[in-house]
Amino acid sequence: MPEQHDSYWAKTSSLMYVMLGLWFFFSFAVHMFVVPLNKIVILGFPLGFYMAAQGSLIAFVAMLFWFAKAQDRIDVEEGVAEEE
Amino acid sequence: MATQESAGGGDFLNNLGRVYGIYTGGFAAFIVLIAILEQLGVPNRVLGYMFVGFTILVYAFIGIISRTMQVSEYYVAGRRVPAFYNGMATGADWMSGASFVGMAGSLFLLGYDGLAFVLGWTGGYVLVAILVAPFLRKFGAYTVPDFLAARYEGNGARLMGVIVLMACSFTYVVAQIFATGLIAQRFLGMDFVVAVYVGLLGILVCSMLGGMRAVTWTQVAQYIVLIVAYLIPVVILSAKKFGIPIPQLTYGQAIAQITSLEQSFVAQGLASAEAMAARAHVTPFNSYSPANYFALILCLMVGTASLPHVLMRYFTTPSVKEARISVAWSLLFIFLLYFTAPAYAAFSKLEVYSTLIGKNIADMPQWVYNWGSLGLVTICGKAAASAEAVRAACSAVAGHAGILRLQDFGINTDVVVLSTPEIAGLPYVIAGLVAAGGLAAALSTADGLLLAIANALSHDIYYKMIDPNAPTARRLIVSRIFLVLVAVAAAWTASQRPADILSMVAWAFSIAAAGLFPALVLGVWWKRTTKQGAIWGMLAGFGVCMLYLVVTRYFPGFGVKFLAMSSLLNPVTGAPVVDLNAAMAAPNAMQGWVAASHPLASKVGWFNINNISAALFGLPVGFLVMYVVSLMTPAPSKEMQDFIDACRRPKGQTLMEEKTA
Repeated sequence: MPEQHDSYWAKTSSLMYVMLGLWFFFSFAVHMFVVPLNKIVILGFPLGFYMAAQGSLIAFVAMLFWFAKAQDRIDVEEGVAEEE
Repeated sequence: MATQESAGGGDFLNNLGRVYGIYTGGFAAFIVLIAILEQLGVPNRVLGYMFVGFTILVYAFIGIISRTMQVSEYYVAGRRVPAFYNGMATGADWMSGASFVGMAGSLFLLGYDGLAFVLGWTGGYVLVAILVAPFLRKFGAYTVPDFLAARYEGNGARLMGVIVLMACSFTYVVAQIFATGLIAQRFLGMDFVVAVYVGLLGILVCSMLGGMRAVTWTQVAQYIVLIVAYLIPVVILSAKKFGIPIPQLTYGQAIAQITSLEQSFVAQGLASAEAMAARAHVTPFNSYSPANYFALILCLMVGTASLPHVLMRYFTTPSVKEARISVAWSLLFIFLLYFTAPAYAAFSKLEVYSTLIGKNIADMPQWVYNWGSLGLVTICGKAAASAEAVRAACSAVAGHAGILRLQDFGINTDVVVLSTPEIAGLPYVIAGLVAAGGLAAALSTADGLLLAIANALSHDIYYKMIDPNAPTARRLIVSRIFLVLVAVAAAWTASQRPADILSMVAWAFSIAAAGLFPALVLGVWWKRTTKQGAIWGMLAGFGVCMLYLVVTRYFPGFGVKFLAMSSLLNPVTGAPVVDLNAAMAAPNAMQGWVAASHPLASKVGWFNINNISAALFGLPVGFLVMYVVSLMTPAPSKEMQDFIDACRRPKGQTLMEEKTA
């Protein structure tokens, strides 16, 4: 039981760090380049502005649905999923 | 009603799709009915009352049929709310009256820098999902302080949790009741104070009898009203202007036109090049310095992951798995509003720039006078109540040529959303819909906040700390008494019209972040965190955050003299915003509890950080103190380590078993 649990928490932790990295990228890193990105204009949107107004938001939503799936898979693999 | 018999909830829960489908259809039919009545000549005032009255009656009806005397139903809706519906309820819980009415206006005024709010109020849900919510759900808490007390062994941590919760939630709920009063005043012509207490009744009837269960199902109903009300006007506007009913796609063209108009204003002498540089819509960092912009995003995000009224929504799902997917649904429903708000701002700005600026001041459209007479639109520094008032105000400005310049025009942030139906030339029914939506947003958030406060007082303070043997019936009665007391206190505070209340909402995020986030995250992710570490860490983080807020806003002179604070800097020029030597020499420099108009209030600080980002100091201090004190004290017991392991694994029963009968 303990070693099985350790591998569960190791997998859960690495998923958390991947999500945290993506979160940092879409919350901060990409917006640090807003000035150069604004030189690219698509459909009237300067890209730097677009990333803050919509791009990062779309990424957050997609990340969370993906995370819920990925964590469920870990739960099942490690045998700690809830009984239905 | 079918829902009435199924007090146990089985039939209702199995038929959620049908119930809310019928509800949405009924709401659409009601809008059509009002539109027909308007064509028949029924006065606008009556239509406004019908809109607001009908929606509040529906919420009250749901609140009353969801009444309960079971503890777990009252505190966590019986843990049977499916992820999808919990997502909708969280959306309504989360989006406040200010988000609905004021967010687009802030984006209008701040341009790119206002997007810090859009980012901060969405990205925080990533932290909720990966760091906090599923583990709190597994623990099986009724309140956030409940978890702190279990993890940090005792009522010390519980009390700290309750104090932080009260500090962040109370100002927030006052702001919601304030917003309710404003909306009722503006659309129904009610007296503000009367409107505040009417709003209070609307809030209480939803939450008092059924606790979390009633709040959940009214919030779902409120979400549907608020999102329909937010999207319809701007969708119609987009279709009219650009031929495509997807505003989120078409406002790129509006932005391009705004940018070219901005350049033409400078060319025509309608705005100076410097003024335009400080106001250009897509140019970053002309309202906040880059450091302040990113600090604000961080504080809003971490605050989101710590606010108790949000976290407690995830206690209501049937499983840990559902809690995780529910966070994703929540963000999707919130996203629908927040990625539309910049479109409102852009359309509104384009309208103002293309039809007002550079035109003769005698040719203002009617909507300017409608909002001007309420003091919400100003021209040449005076309320634009009528054509004569505008002419008089501008002729008083030296050298004014009678052509409206950019700097002549002022607009209140609330007007942007509220005036869109008029700007688009839509019938009154749409304006009534917007009012109902704003009210739904304010009421739903107020419900969630009030419940969070009342539950902390009744469950954590009364039941857990004062009378652990209290019978269930008495606990629920005490809870309702607290709910009414807190609600009345909040309504009374709102009726005093505290000027600062809206800026205080942003403070709530910093307070929650600095006070609660380290203890919640380390409690799950670092087994070595000890009881003493947690208590001292919360105290230090919360203390530093409050100190920064209160000193910069209310005791700025003391901050400069004793705490080495300096003037904030202008983000464009880098010059100090106040001359500290002159201000400190003035006789009012060392006054306390100063008004917002005081020359130093909210204009001083450390490292040029605005006080809305106070958690930038409180958060690291909280983490550091918690880490150091934990290492200095003996490691948590074997039982506690096993407890944390159990919190981390979804399998098995919730850890806090509660007598429910």
